This record gives sequence, C-alpha cells and structure tokens, in this order.
Amino acid sequence: MKKYVLKRVGMSLLTLLIIVFVLFVLVRIMPGNPFPSERMSAEQIANKRAELGLDKPVLVQFWDYMTKLLQGNFGKGTSLYNGAPIKTVLKTAVSNSFRIGGLAILIGTAVGLLLGITAALNRGKFLDGFCTVFSIIGVCVPSYVFLIFLQYYFSYKIPVFPYFFDINRFAFSSILPSVSLSLFTMSTVARFTRNEMVEVMDSDYVRLAESKGIYGSRLVRRHVLRNALIPIVTVLAPLIVDLLTGALVVEKIYGINGIGKLMVDAIAGEGVDYNYVLALGILYSALYIGIMLVVDLLYGVLDPRIRVSARGD
Amino acid sequence: MAIKNQKIPAVETAGAAYTPVPGDFEPLRDRDIQTDANFASQGYWKGVAVHFFRNKRAVVGLVIVTIIIILAIFGPVLNSYGYKDIVSVSVDGKQIVARGISPQIAGLFRNEASNPLFADRTFLFGTDDLGRDLWTRTWQGARISLIIAFVTIIIDMIIGLSFGLISGYFGGTVDGVMQRFVEIANSVPRLVIVSVLAIFMPKGMGLVIVALLLTEWIGMSKIARAEMLKLKEQEYVLASRTLGARPMHIIFKEILPNTIGPIITQVMFSIPTAIFTEAFLSFVGVGIVLPQCSIGSLIEDGFNNITTLPYQILPPIIVLALLMLGFNFIGDGFREALAPKLEDM
Amino acid sequence: MEMLNEKAILEIRDLDITFRTNAGSIHAIRGVNLDLQKGETVAIVGESGSGKSVTMKAATGLLDSNGVVNRGQVLYRCREADGSEEVVDLLQMSKKELRRRINGRHIAMVFQDPMTSLDPTMQIGPQIMEGMLLRTKLSKAEARARAVELLELVGITDAEKRMKSYPHQLSGGMRQRVVIAIALSGDPDILICDEPTTALDVTIQAKILELIKDIQSRMGLSVIYITHDLGVVAKVADYVNVMYAGRIVEVGNVNEIFYEPQHPYTWGLLSAMPDLDTEDDRLYSIPGSPPNLLHEPPGDAFAPRNAFALKIDEKADPPLFKISDTHYAATWLLHPDAPKIELPPELKARLERARKEAERYL
Repeated sequence: MKKYVLKRVGMSLLTLLIIVFVLFVLVRIMPGNPFPSERMSAEQIANKRAELGLDKPVLVQFWDYMTKLLQGNFGKGTSLYNGAPIKTVLKTAVSNSFRIGGLAILIGTAVGLLLGITAALNRGKFLDGFCTVFSIIGVCVPSYVFLIFLQYYFSYKIPVFPYFFDINRFAFSSILPSVSLSLFTMSTVARFTRNEMVEVMDSDYVRLAESKGIYGSRLVRRHVLRNALIPIVTVLAPLIVDLLTGALVVEKIYGINGIGKLMVDAIAGEGVDYNYVLALGILYSALYIGIMLVVDLLYGVLDPRIRVSARGD
Repeated sequence: MAIKNQKIPAVETAGAAYTPVPGDFEPLRDRDIQTDANFASQGYWKGVAVHFFRNKRAVVGLVIVTIIIILAIFGPVLNSYGYKDIVSVSVDGKQIVARGISPQIAGLFRNEASNPLFADRTFLFGTDDLGRDLWTRTWQGARISLIIAFVTIIIDMIIGLSFGLISGYFGGTVDGVMQRFVEIANSVPRLVIVSVLAIFMPKGMGLVIVALLLTEWIGMSKIARAEMLKLKEQEYVLASRTLGARPMHIIFKEILPNTIGPIITQVMFSIPTAIFTEAFLSFVGVGIVLPQCSIGSLIEDGFNNITTLPYQILPPIIVLALLMLGFNFIGDGFREALAPKLEDM
Repeated sequence: MEMLNEKAILEIRDLDITFRTNAGSIHAIRGVNLDLQKGETVAIVGESGSGKSVTMKAATGLLDSNGVVNRGQVLYRCREADGSEEVVDLLQMSKKELRRRINGRHIAMVFQDPMTSLDPTMQIGPQIMEGMLLRTKLSKAEARARAVELLELVGITDAEKRMKSYPHQLSGGMRQRVVIAIALSGDPDILICDEPTTALDVTIQAKILELIKDIQSRMGLSVIYITHDLGVVAKVADYVNVMYAGRIVEVGNVNEIFYEPQHPYTWGLLSAMPDLDTEDDRLYSIPGSPPNLLHEPPGDAFAPRNAFALKIDEKADPPLFKISDTHYAATWLLHPDAPKIELPPELKARLERARKEAERYL
C-alpha cells in the first residue's frame, strides 16, 4: 500500500510537471509576441524581451519561471489588471470560487445522496420516478440556465436576492449561484446513488444477508450503503474540480470575481493575456490532478479489495 | 394472492379437465425437433433493434432528435426570413425595423403592445432586439450546433478507435507508451486546452471543433482498448492470426466490427457533451462569432436581453434541453439493448 | 393448519408465480408441489430457467421484486427452541416477519456463486457473527468463539486468523465453506443449496458435497438441493423432483428416477449425463431449448422437444400419473390408452449398467 501511494504521488507530480512544461512552451513560444508591435520599434521590443527574459533559451526561462512559481510568484499579467501581481488577483478569485463552489458541492452531494437513497428504497414508486425525472432535467439543462431563471425571477421580478454578486453580502449573494451550480452535481449523484444501490440490492451478497435474517435499516446501512457509496467517490471527483474552478458562465452571469471569470477575461477579450492563461492553466491542472490523486487514494482506503492485498495474512 | 388455509391434494389434477378423444394417443410425426424454435434465426443486430424499440424512453429520444434534426434542416427555409436578415418595412421612405416583437401568428394572436406595422406577419418565436426572426435563427443555431457535434464526434470516433485498438492489440511497450500519453492528455482540463487554443486560433467555430477534437477521443480510445483486450484472446482472432493475417487486417476487419456496439453508445453520450461544450464556449465568447449563430450564442443573446425581451431566451434553451434529453435517452437505450438484463427481457 | 404427513417439515402446494417484465408477464412457476421430510435430502433438477431457484426463493421470501405469487402454500413445521410446534404458511408472512422468525434461524441458504455471495467490504468474522448477534443474546466474545467453531466445522484451517480476512483473500472453495458456515450460524432445520458446487473446480465440488452431507447427518438437517447436475443428485439425494418450464414433471426416489425414469425429459437428462462406459462417442443433448414462458404454450410444454410426443400433447397438459407411492410423472405416455414406448436402446443399456454397478456396491 505504501509503495502504491508513493508511486501514485510520484506519477501525479511527474504528469503535472510535464503539463506545466508543455503549457509554458506553448504560451512562451507563440507565433506572435505579447506586445502590440505597431507601437514599438524593433529595438524597444528587443529591450522589453530582454527585460522579461524572453531572449534566453526555453529551458532557462522555464527554470526561472519554476523557481519563482515555487515561491508563489506567478509574475504579472500582460494586459489584465494593469500589471497587478497575478498572485494577488488569483487569491481573491480562488477564495470566491472555492466558497461558492464548495457550498454547491455540499448542497449537491447531500441532497443528491438523500434523493438517490430514497429513490432506491422506493424502487418503482412515485419517489423513484420523481428522482429520475429530476436527475434527467438536472443533467440536460446547463446550470447557467437555472441561474438565468433564478436571477430573472428572484432578483429582477421579485427582488429578494441581489441581481449581481456582492462581496459585502457574501453569504446572501452566494445562494443563487451555489444553488444553480449544485443542481448538476445533485442530479448526477442522485442518479448514480440510485442505480448503484439498486444493483447492490439485487446482488448475491445482499440475498445472503437477507437469508440469514438481516432486514430493514440494518441491511441498508451495513450491506447496501457501504457497498454502493464507495464508487460514488469517483463520480464526485470531476464534479468537484468543475465546481471549485468556478463555472465560467455562472460567474460571468452573476458578476462573481472568481477563477472562471478570470479565465473568461484572459481569453475572451480583445487580446489574450498569456501570463494569466499560463497561471490559470497551472492552477486548473494542479487542482485536477490533485483531486484525482486524492480520490484514488481515498478509494484505496475505503475499498478493502484494494486496501488489503489479495495474498492475505 | 388469496390463499385459503386448506389442504391442496398432493396429486394435482391439471389435465383432468381434458377428456381424451380417439386419435389423441397417436404419435406426432414429421416434425423437426432439432431446430430450436425459441432462439432460431435472430441476428445479433436484429435483437439489439428489438430491445431498443421496445424501450419507450429510447423511442421518445429518437423521435425528439429526429424532429429537431428535421427542423434544423428545413426550419430556416420554412419562412422567407434569412437568419441574418433584419425584418423591416418601408414607411414614407423610412425603414421601420421589426424590433422585439414577441411571438405572434398573423390573424390568430399577437401581443397588442407589439408594433402594429407587422401585425400581418408571423413570427412563431418572435424577433430579437435587432429585428431578426428568432424561428429562423433558432433552427440555424441548432443546425450549426449539430454540425459541430456530429463532425467532431465522428472524427473523434475515428481517432479514438484507431488509437485504442492499436494500443490494445500490440500491448507491451507500445501500449505502455500510448497509455502514458492518454494518461497525461486526460489530466489536462478541457478549459486549459481551450485557453491555450485561444492564443493560437481566432475565436469561432474552428476553435470549438479543435477543442472538442482534442478531448473527446480519449473516452472512445479507452473503450476501444478495453474491447480489444477482451476480444483479442478469443478463438477466432487466434485462428486468424495463426493463418497469417496481418495485424491491421485483424484489428480493422476482425475486431473493429465487434466493438461497434459500445462505441456507438459512447458516441451517443459524446454528442450531447459536444453540444453542451459548444453552447458554453459560445456563451463565454470564444465560440461562434456574429452574425453566425449557434445554440450557445442564442442563449447569450437571450440572456443579454432578458429584462426587455424575456421570451427570446426560451427557444434555444428548450432546443438545447431536448437535444440533451434525446441523445441521453438514445444512449441509455442503446446501452441497455446491447446488454439486456434479465429483468428487461 | 396441518400437514399431510407427520414427518413432513416443508410442503409446497400448488405454487404459482408470475414475473412482470417490460416485455410482459412470464408465468415462471405453474403449480408446483414439493415435499420435504425431516432429515431427508430432496433435489430439484432442471435446466436453467426451469424455475427451480425461483421456487425456493419464493419459499424463503427472497423473490425478486417483480415476482408475484398467484396462489399456493408453503407450509413449514416451525419448531421453536422451547419445544412448541406450529405449522405456518410462509407465503402469508410479511417480509419482516420472515426475516425475524424464519430466515437464518430455520431456513438457511447456500448460493451458487461463492465469488459474489459474500459482502466484499466486510470481514468474514463479522459476516458470520452478524446473524447470531441479531438473533441471540450471545455476547460478542461468545459469538466470536462460535464463529471460529463454525469455521473449523466447515474445514477452514487457521480459523482464528481467517476471521479477519476479507472475502477476496479466500479461494472459491474456501468462500463456499464460509457461506456454509454463515448458513449454519443460526442452527437451521432446512438448508437450501442453490447449485452449491457449480462455480467450483471439480476436485473442490466433491469436498463441498461431502461437507454438506457430513454436517447434515451431524446436525440432523433437511436439505434441498437445486441443481442441473444429475451427478450431484446421484451422490446426495433421497428424492428427486425433475422440473421443466415451471412444473414438476417427474418425482420419485433416487432409484426410481435413475433406474426407472418415466418422463421423456428425464430420459433426455439421463442420456445427457457424461458416462465413462458409453461406447457412443457423441454426448447426447436434448434438442431445442426451454420454452419462453412469456408465451405459454398450449398443452405439454416439453412436446416441441420430445421425440415421443403424442397428438394429445399439443392439446392438454398431462396430469401427474402415479407409478408407485413415491413415483409420479406428468406425461401422457403413462395414460392407459397411450402406445407402449420403448426406451432408446443406448439409454436402456446405460440404465442396466448403472443398476448392475449399484447392486455390486450394495
């Protein structure tokens, strides 16, 4: 197990390093250059390049970038935010996105689990049908559409909630975006839980448990849930990444200064801010790989088939 | 379930109701009992089709998708407005534009507040803030979204299939290297790919297609590889290998046809993903550019005008939701039809 | 309620079950009768899909949720620890009542596939103790000691150590032993074994059968075997019920079924048994496949596959004809008006050989 963990962590770090390197090369060695060349003379550009270290070999540049990065220094934006340090901008964005995304994950997982379990225990009855319809809608309609409707009805028609995100009323103004973001997670978790539980309830080992006289909530707790919930971890992982890294559209619609909106600003405006693309790319990849790693290890801890080697003793 | 508390005799009398008539006890002759009448002559794909069409949801999905595809093809030409055209009339030499007219059918119903100059025209979905017919734009948008989805997913299918089948067939070092590559490619979030692409490419349909091409093949390659690993140990492949068939012949002639089922299922789930992704990229502003439109850009337009023209956002959202629903139902139906459970027999 | 036979412990009467599926109703069990007496071993034999498992699942309240019992009784002579005795109809009991009173304590089951019948996330010790702790007032330490005892009884070495193992750490044969230990943990009167050896290696099959036989005589159990393997039946059973398409088509003691079979389906099953002495190098198999009970055929369900079918087979389902006090078969060939059918010569020779062999060992 220890060896497995080390190997898995090492692989993740290596993958991340490769991705960061490729990102770096792609962003730095672009066909154009990051300055509006019409307004600068060739000499000015050369000076600027030297100032930014762009004239050095790629590997040296990469080494410089990585040394700074490990100290938490992402450099400055090329066009966004008048060259404020990316680190400062990123800090606010991460905090906003994580809080709203975290709330969405919490709501989505809790309600989704509840819904899925109820549906599975009432298989074929009304609640089961309701859960199915609900999860179909949640998967088929993008979360930003829910936000558009919620915003239209509860901020515009009946102004209960703020129309745009307001950092000073954080909790209150996170409700609409968190709820709309949570719906996709909720539906996915509900559907997965329901199907997984139904499968476990039809399994031979639940039959055996019943044949030895186990029934009711004890059967559900000890045999059904335990087996059905382990795989849910794997479904949750990509959902968590998506939510934590900020849903681009939701942040754009609700005017939240999060990572998603930062990404939109970096790529969708007039020009592209290369340094932000690089910084955000690293952040996204690191989060993604990190969470996948955690899930993998968590799965190993939860499932004895992986935790305890087959040889036994 | 009425069960009385009385004894039922051990010897049943099932046949007692029938009194034999003369001739009954002659043997039945001239029958072919060697032919299995239950499982006789039903091809694999026929069986899959039977299961698929027995599934109500799958049929509903198929109907929805078919109707939307038909409308996406013919919808824009059903009236005289082009998707870029601004509808206007000339009054006293001045052009009056049909701005913000809510849905109306000539002679049947219209919003009294709408511009009376256009009372004799039909705008099933209304017009937008620039005076363009939303019916035409909706189906034009659906057409673009569907084209993007189909084109990318079919190319992805080819890439993913080839990659997965080759990786699985050769195994060993080849497989090892190819799988490391997949692992790394799979660790790059889609958004990062999009953002890097935005540096190299102009915004628009091309960017959306390339972004989808770079991500969606991975799932297919995994499925193709898994199928290959399963199939390559089977007798018919071994036989063909012993007879000296070349690897490419075995991969694409012998094994490919047997992986079609799971791959089609994956395609059915990838198409809605592609539509979803396109919609979100266009909404964010790196997708379809004006005056072209897609489902995503239409939703964005609708969102921008939501306080003034709230009806505008509905058609693209409904089309998007129905497409997602339809393809998911078809995918589910296909998956169940390929591996029917006893319960659904 | 009373039972027909003083010694009977379980009697199934006219059990009739339909499954509701997306494609329509499947009439899976069509009026099944079955008797089990104390200490006896009864086998139910048939092809897969003949309804043999469903019958026993229904009797123990483990029927799939889409199964509906149309009619019938499952009478069980329930002897409590205090010596009181009562005959109950298991079909009338609620699921909860069944689990509390019957499952585990009186009727226990061993399933076909030991690879899937143990909870993969639970150590085997707790899996054995679970039922005991729920039903009895045993302390945890006592239950544990009893579980170790049971593991030793079913022939697991290092029982103490194995208590902490997870199912995936054990081999198939070991797991089936654990499943048997779980079944025995509630001191049942009836053990239902649903194809207990099908998923195991041949060498382990014999050991498991020996084990069950041994435990049966030690604990005075009554055993029901569900199997498609006549080899297993010959080794263990006192009485045999041959099931086809949801009906018992022939029932008799083991000698009657093996040496004087009356139903053409039983002939087919016997002919299909591999036999070292058979000169014919082709292994016989019954033509065709079992009927799809989604479309219940008129008359005898076996007729389409029966080389000896009569015209009446297409008109009416035959009743059970009595051959001896213990031997009945549902085929029109036993009707007084039916033509005399000679057994297929190979089968005849085979039965003859088997009988001689049996006599030699007696």
